[in-house]
Amino acid sequence: MARIVVDPITRIEGHLRIEAEVNGGMITDAWSSSTMFRGIEKILKGRDPRDAWFWTQRFCGVCTTVHSIASIRAVEDALKIKIPPNAQLIRNIIIGIQNVQDHVIHFYHLHALDWVDVTSALKADPAATSKLAASISDWPNNSATYFKGVQDKLTSFVASGRLGPFANAYWGHPAYKLPPEANLMATAHYLEALEWQKDVIKIHAILGSKNPHPQTFLVGGMAIPIDPDSQNALNADKLMEIKRLLKKAQDFVEKVYIPDLLAVASFYKDWAAIGGGVGNYLSYGDFPDANGNLWFPAGAILNKDISKVIPLDQKKVAEYVDHSWFENSSGPGKGLHPWDGETEPAYSGPKPPYEHLDTDKKYSWVKAPRYDEKAMEVGPLARVLVAYCSGQKEAKAAVDMVLGKLGVGPAALFSTLGRTGARGIDCLLVARQTPVWLNELIGNIAKGDYRIHANEKWDPADWPAEANGYGWHEAPRGALGHWIKIKDQKILNYQAVVPSTWNASPRDAKGQRGPYEAALVGTPVADPNKPLEILRTIHSFDPCLACAVHVVDATGNEVVKVTVS
Amino acid sequence: MGKEDFETTPNDLEQGLEKRKYSVGEILRERGVSRRDFLKFCSAVTAAMALPASFAPRVAEALDEVKRPPLVWMEFQDCAGDTEALLRAANPTVGEIVLDILSVDYHETIMAAAGHQAEAALEKTVNDYKGKYLCVVEGSIPMKDGGIYGCVGGKSHLDRARQVCGNAAATVAVGTCASYGGIAAAVPNPTGAVGVKEAVPGATVINLPGCPVNADNLTATIVHYLVFGKIPALDGHGRPLFAYGKRIHDNCERRPHFDAGQYVEHWGDDGHRRGFCLYKVGCKGPATFHNCPTQRYNEKTSWPVGAGHPCAGCSEPAFWDTMGPMYKRLPNVPGFGIEHTADKIGIGVAAGAAAAFAVHGVLNAVRKDKEPSDETREG
Repeated sequence: MARIVVDPITRIEGHLRIEAEVNGGMITDAWSSSTMFRGIEKILKGRDPRDAWFWTQRFCGVCTTVHSIASIRAVEDALKIKIPPNAQLIRNIIIGIQNVQDHVIHFYHLHALDWVDVTSALKADPAATSKLAASISDWPNNSATYFKGVQDKLTSFVASGRLGPFANAYWGHPAYKLPPEANLMATAHYLEALEWQKDVIKIHAILGSKNPHPQTFLVGGMAIPIDPDSQNALNADKLMEIKRLLKKAQDFVEKVYIPDLLAVASFYKDWAAIGGGVGNYLSYGDFPDANGNLWFPAGAILNKDISKVIPLDQKKVAEYVDHSWFENSSGPGKGLHPWDGETEPAYSGPKPPYEHLDTDKKYSWVKAPRYDEKAMEVGPLARVLVAYCSGQKEAKAAVDMVLGKLGVGPAALFSTLGRTGARGIDCLLVARQTPVWLNELIGNIAKGDYRIHANEKWDPADWPAEANGYGWHEAPRGALGHWIKIKDQKILNYQAVVPSTWNASPRDAKGQRGPYEAALVGTPVADPNKPLEILRTIHSFDPCLACAVHVVDATGNEVVKVTVS
Repeated sequence: MGKEDFETTPNDLEQGLEKRKYSVGEILRERGVSRRDFLKFCSAVTAAMALPASFAPRVAEALDEVKRPPLVWMEFQDCAGDTEALLRAANPTVGEIVLDILSVDYHETIMAAAGHQAEAALEKTVNDYKGKYLCVVEGSIPMKDGGIYGCVGGKSHLDRARQVCGNAAATVAVGTCASYGGIAAAVPNPTGAVGVKEAVPGATVINLPGCPVNADNLTATIVHYLVFGKIPALDGHGRPLFAYGKRIHDNCERRPHFDAGQYVEHWGDDGHRRGFCLYKVGCKGPATFHNCPTQRYNEKTSWPVGAGHPCAGCSEPAFWDTMGPMYKRLPNVPGFGIEHTADKIGIGVAAGAAAAFAVHGVLNAVRKDKEPSDETREG
């Protein structure tokens, strides 16, 4: 047996460390640890609730809109504010393009290199690559000349001897299965996606002033005025630019991302049986219409039973700190609902520099959230599963299309490959739907509705002395909830339970593993010095914290150092 | 080509360097970037550096001579917002920065390697290019309790910062967290978060605050360093004058409305729709030094005030505590363009920012035009 540590796990946001025990080429146990703490929830106490979105937005600069959305929804819930339909639609468009852009970046720039061996692309035949590309999509950039150009660039980069961010990777690992032509095609699209993402996200600049960290959110609505007769407001010119960019986004998803995803997945079908995890799925639902009805439904699926979707009750969310570097006044073994949540750091881990963590005790800065005492996986897979099982028609069609093309059944979804596939499905659904919300917005404006904000409760003098609220949002990475208690116009308590808290959670009081930990159990590791397989499963969750995975021997005495060969 | 051929060894690297001492200009041309596009890029960065257009050929000439210098990007108590800003860069694009202009040897969010292999890449650059590589830092550094609030590879952020920033030719602190501690340092600063200069006083640090940094300012700073071989002139807060030399209020497209006393009173009202001044709804532009109004974001698409939301003052030290609440108006900013009294703003809500005015514009004589040297670095 060996214990593996990969620290840092790269191509994620944040600081995450994974320790795993490997026995006979297979992971038998795993521990997920976040190694960074800032304490923003503590810093929020006593501040103006209307500012909270601006602070919480800084939880994450990758999913850069999501905490703003959850925060303003929490405050609006507490103060019983109903926002105008245009504000709802503008938020939906902002959320929509965030989802689409984020998923594409994840697939190509954070996850693809787990499946695509860039070095193999050097050996590809550009003409055969062109043929392959044309066989799966009518995307115009598919000539042999085009792929030859990409290959030449790559060749001269490698010949320079300075590989920058591509140095020291697991290239040549036996788990890479794609033929050179597929590797070249994916590498070309890696570069195209890099260009594409900065263009389509200009929608955030138009509606939100900038990206990352858009700045037009307001409790009660949005700060982007609407007036077709003004150059300082959302007018026809800007709406048409958004329309053009949404089209560009959808085209890339339909013609590049989804075909690539299916092509790559077809070589890795064995990963449809690996990385299943806790088997419980939670989605808060999202994209409300003017009446508050959600386009993506909310619900939970337990024990992979897709025959029923369980309705949610926010009171059943609780966070445990038995294996986290915090203390709760509730004492050991008891969770706290986020309204009563605490964030009191109490580090008891090793003093840095250290080799490994004491995983029998407390070992992470991440708390262990549980729904009805169960560990839940959140993210695109949970969202798509809940939608699929709720009979949402767009989700049903897209899931069946993907499963059909790969020739697998719904059980394949409960896996590393299923998670990666579901992200593509989620992206496709949202890319197709966002233009619908834009058209609704244009329709409202055409009718003369320019309202963007519910002004009547802007002044804190009009608020009750005390108010509690919560705001839910389906972020690209999954179920996100903010809980707020307001007293005397100030924040009394604020807690965020974020997607990666659910997924990266350590064990709870009962010893139940979190989703990363559970998914790693059973994952094969061909070479403990190059644990590519760990990256595949961990990246399939799209972690939003910095990671570290280590391999240690059975006695825990010796860390197998992964060294440069 | 097998993996043996691909992985860099010290020998390969040296031989590679010997074989191909490409300049940035040559590399760009080899990558299919036309001379015209290259010159266009040079013009754009020249403008971003607030240099006269006549400098563009000099920038092009100098870039032609620069060889892809190594750069390492460290993430401490961060949200990756500055990394995302880098991904949105247009002049040059992130692809050009990573593949053509620099050798980005370490960046946790984009690099292919993980774990010990990733750390080995960092070690190698720090050792092989000691005193010669550039470092970019994102995120604050927690000083409290022996650095336990931030670790990578089992090492504290502070230890890593001392090693990596201390041995760099220069460190660019991107974003307000790396510059001054930022959000994590807001009261009560639970982790003792500080910026790079405070954590590693001996390092040569250029601060590019903003939440997040404007990628154009980062590019311009790096190009300035490559072209002129020294760091740009800085203000008292360590910020390049070319990007932070003027108040937002003074360059604001809505300034005429301030002078005319035309303000947004309610969200979505007539004044809001017509682009009136946001001062009354809390704009901190009069107390904030940054080039947002001219440089804007996402290829100059927009910026907060342009879109209709007040400036939050995010490029000022300690703005999280001194500029809030966000929608409360700054006291004592007189209307109708009485310029001299405008400098008195900040007493009260923006006390910290007001202190900034006193030193702003007074160049740090030690830093000005000084080339990074061994004396300015911590060993």
